[in-house]
Amino acid sequence: MSIAWSAFTPWQALAGGTLIGAAASLLVLANGRVAGVSGILGGALRTRGRAGWQIAFLAGLLLSPLLLHAWLPGVGLPSESATAPTHPALSWGRLLIAGFLVGVGTHLANGCTSGHGVCGLARLSKRSLWATLIFVSAGLATVFVGRHVLGGAA
Amino acid sequence: MTKLGMALLAGVVFGIGLLLAGMTDPQKVLAFLDLAGEWDPSLALVMISAIATARFGFAAAEHRNDTWLGAAMQLPPRRAADRRLFAGSALFGVGWGLAGFCPGPALVGIGLGYGPAVAVVVAMLAGLCVAGKLPKGPPH
Repeated sequence: MSIAWSAFTPWQALAGGTLIGAAASLLVLANGRVAGVSGILGGALRTRGRAGWQIAFLAGLLLSPLLLHAWLPGVGLPSESATAPTHPALSWGRLLIAGFLVGVGTHLANGCTSGHGVCGLARLSKRSLWATLIFVSAGLATVFVGRHVLGGAA
Repeated sequence: MTKLGMALLAGVVFGIGLLLAGMTDPQKVLAFLDLAGEWDPSLALVMISAIATARFGFAAAEHRNDTWLGAAMQLPPRRAADRRLFAGSALFGVGWGLAGFCPGPALVGIGLGYGPAVAVVVAMLAGLCVAGKLPKGPPH
């Protein structure tokens, strides 16, 4: 392992993480709900028109780049092409398989990086600790196999 | 209305946090997952600071019966981990490692007009629907 010091952005990471935690605190204290993005998305799909707060939260996520970029243009823009994937990790077929697995997996696990990784761990939930250890390990293993076993720049 | 406004505000702040932290760039996420390559530890600091900050909210919520707006707390019940959780988390992790997108950054990516994020969300919605039709298994 070698640390990519030039890519490491500790202050932005801490500032962004603090905002994510503040948003999760706001949602639980004001509305009594867990800020788990996959669960909120699933809730919005299942209850259709009656899922008011879920749709409001998702609208906030979608609008956030517009609001931030009024102050800080370009922050958080991916380094890749905005319209067509150029990096091998982002071929269309791979994106569709990846998205499908994320959808099935987070539904079965009842949570993702936000619901288990942030909110669940902040609640000191053992279930969320298991979930987080497993999805991080699976992510590490997938990247290891893709980049260092099968080779290629992916 | 206040409830909807709070949810909207939480979504905006959550999304801005992801953008500031750089988590909306899948290459930065993949660089965290690539321990054997040029490792970027940023995502670990995002998680640690998010958990530490959210801890205040959840610790306060555990001691309250109702929300600031006077409604009932609706936290998920505490349950033991089961095979469904293990299998789901493993599938999710593989999907995450294949392209560097988890649900939050993928949705913010649509707001950025980022084509790859749109593809991921379309497939993710399909995955959520398909998994929603699977039998739930015995209640826990």
